[in-house]
Amino acid sequence: MSKFKELLTPKRIPSALLIVLAILLLALPVFGKDYYLYAVIRILILALFAFSVNLLLGYTGLLSFGQGAFYAAGAFTCARILLARPNLLLGIICGVVIAGAVAFILGWFSVRHTAMYFAMLTLAFGMMIFGFLQKLKITGGAMGLWGIPRAPLEIPYLFSISMKSMSSYYYFVLILSSIAIFIFYRLVHSPLGLTFQGIRDSESRIAFTGISVRNTRWLCFVIAGMYAGLAGALLAPLEGAVSPQVSHWATSGDPVMATLLGGMYTFSGPIAGAAIYFMLKEYAVGVAGEAMNWMLILGAVMVALVLGLRGGIVGSLQQSLFPRLRARFAERSSHEQNDIKH
Amino acid sequence: MELFVFQLLNGFSSAMFIWLVAAGLTIAFGVLGILNVAQGCLYMLGMFIAYTFYWNLGMNFALSVILTLISVGICGFLLERLFLRRVYALPLEFQLILTFAFVYILQDAVRLGWAPVLLQIPLKPHLLGGNITIPIISRAYPIYNLFIITAGIAVFAIVWLILDKTWWGKTVRATASDREMANAIGINIRTLFSAAFVLAAMVTAIGGALAMPFTESTCQVGAIVIPTTFVVTAVGTLGNLKGAFIAALLIGVVGSFATFYFPYLELFTMYAILAIVLIVRPQGIFGGG
Repeated sequence: MSKFKELLTPKRIPSALLIVLAILLLALPVFGKDYYLYAVIRILILALFAFSVNLLLGYTGLLSFGQGAFYAAGAFTCARILLARPNLLLGIICGVVIAGAVAFILGWFSVRHTAMYFAMLTLAFGMMIFGFLQKLKITGGAMGLWGIPRAPLEIPYLFSISMKSMSSYYYFVLILSSIAIFIFYRLVHSPLGLTFQGIRDSESRIAFTGISVRNTRWLCFVIAGMYAGLAGALLAPLEGAVSPQVSHWATSGDPVMATLLGGMYTFSGPIAGAAIYFMLKEYAVGVAGEAMNWMLILGAVMVALVLGLRGGIVGSLQQSLFPRLRARFAERSSHEQNDIKH
Repeated sequence: MELFVFQLLNGFSSAMFIWLVAAGLTIAFGVLGILNVAQGCLYMLGMFIAYTFYWNLGMNFALSVILTLISVGICGFLLERLFLRRVYALPLEFQLILTFAFVYILQDAVRLGWAPVLLQIPLKPHLLGGNITIPIISRAYPIYNLFIITAGIAVFAIVWLILDKTWWGKTVRATASDREMANAIGINIRTLFSAAFVLAAMVTAIGGALAMPFTESTCQVGAIVIPTTFVVTAVGTLGNLKGAFIAALLIGVVGSFATFYFPYLELFTMYAILAIVLIVRPQGIFGGG
């Protein structure tokens, strides 16, 4: 037991939790029902979507209400590809690339502004895509696309894995989103990520160092768009149908809320926020029944968060709970050392 | 020519609704410094409250509009006093998210209070119903559309008079340009903020009340109207009343012609205008610099 205590130093708590979480997630298909797998997939998709928002909001200081545009670009591209050529990897790669391309174009307009204007513009552009999708024939108009196959994961002449069962798709999403989250972690800790945070904190100082603030923001916008596209591309084969509703600004609001709920200045905030937001929504829908009054409950929670718990859940834990735990650990270990001395 | 004037009038009448929401948004932003995402929901609230007074309770149209103004004004007062007041000092994101939360809350409140589906369009009030023959277009045109255009222009004139010519308007403008200084010379900013937001809510509610016998009332209206309003305020420079008015007319008229000539590109034209304005003049057509 004492050896275990030695191993579990306060610094190692997060990694220990991570390992426990990873084991639980990997073992989930063994004992979980399909619904739980579906729920975790949806949470992971929402988390990727929230990462896209948080890269802009938490790291670069730009609030986007239009990430649904890139989510939709990813979802519809992936759906279209899968309907034409059932190859999961191809669909997802194309979804991410097209979403990045859309973000590249819209980003050029959007990053000319910051703060309020940026939020308004992204909202307007998101609704523009919504308007397009309502009329566009290739995406099925207002009805959207359906009957999207959950195509096998296949590299021609090498291998082909069926994705028919929920558990195989679950593992696929789990692995892919872990990679994406790892890349995100490396990104925000890279010099580029630090530049993003520098722009958030002091735009003019970054400009003084000779970095183009606008181009860096543009790059950030494109990367964020690609993350939203990945989330959308993973959604299409899961649901088997996509409607233009995915680009509506109400959809764009979901990841913003998840980010805020979890804590926007933290790395893991969006993941925790996505899990809590999803469960809250499921619970609220369950309580409200078919009356769909979950928005009322959600809105009230958001108001409470803004007025009371601004760091979000992860942020507040880091600020209050972890230091307290750390202090207690430190106290205990110093006691133990005293015991040894005596 | 006939068709041109006909489409122009249609464009003007639909522009007035956008203008009234945009006016509320502009006043709230100019004075309080808050971009109220839920402004469209106040419009929706105006619509439904007016519906209840006018259609369910069978009141006189003018009376029901006035009662709607008072009710939405009270809602605006409570919103400012209880919630917005607490976030003035916070970063922009929190202000936006708070007002965004009220989009959810108000939308569901309306769904609970009135109807989950759309309400039927009530009959227009006696005097304003029916058509009138206009010489230029030589065909019957609904009187109500002309009434809306008149009302929109009247509201513009009244708001302009209040803000530009009265003492109170001067204090509002002083506060908008320098909050601290205004506070220092003895303007009661807390009261002024409440009053300004109530004015903003009322102006928007007029739009909702007048739209009630014109379009279907649904709980989606708030979410539908706000992106258009954002485009209008961005084109006409955020915080500029005159700019918002002109931009609303522009967007309304172009939208009306686009719906007629290229029905597929109706939404696209609006955003095309936005894109062009942002490339040429990123600060909007009425921005300085």
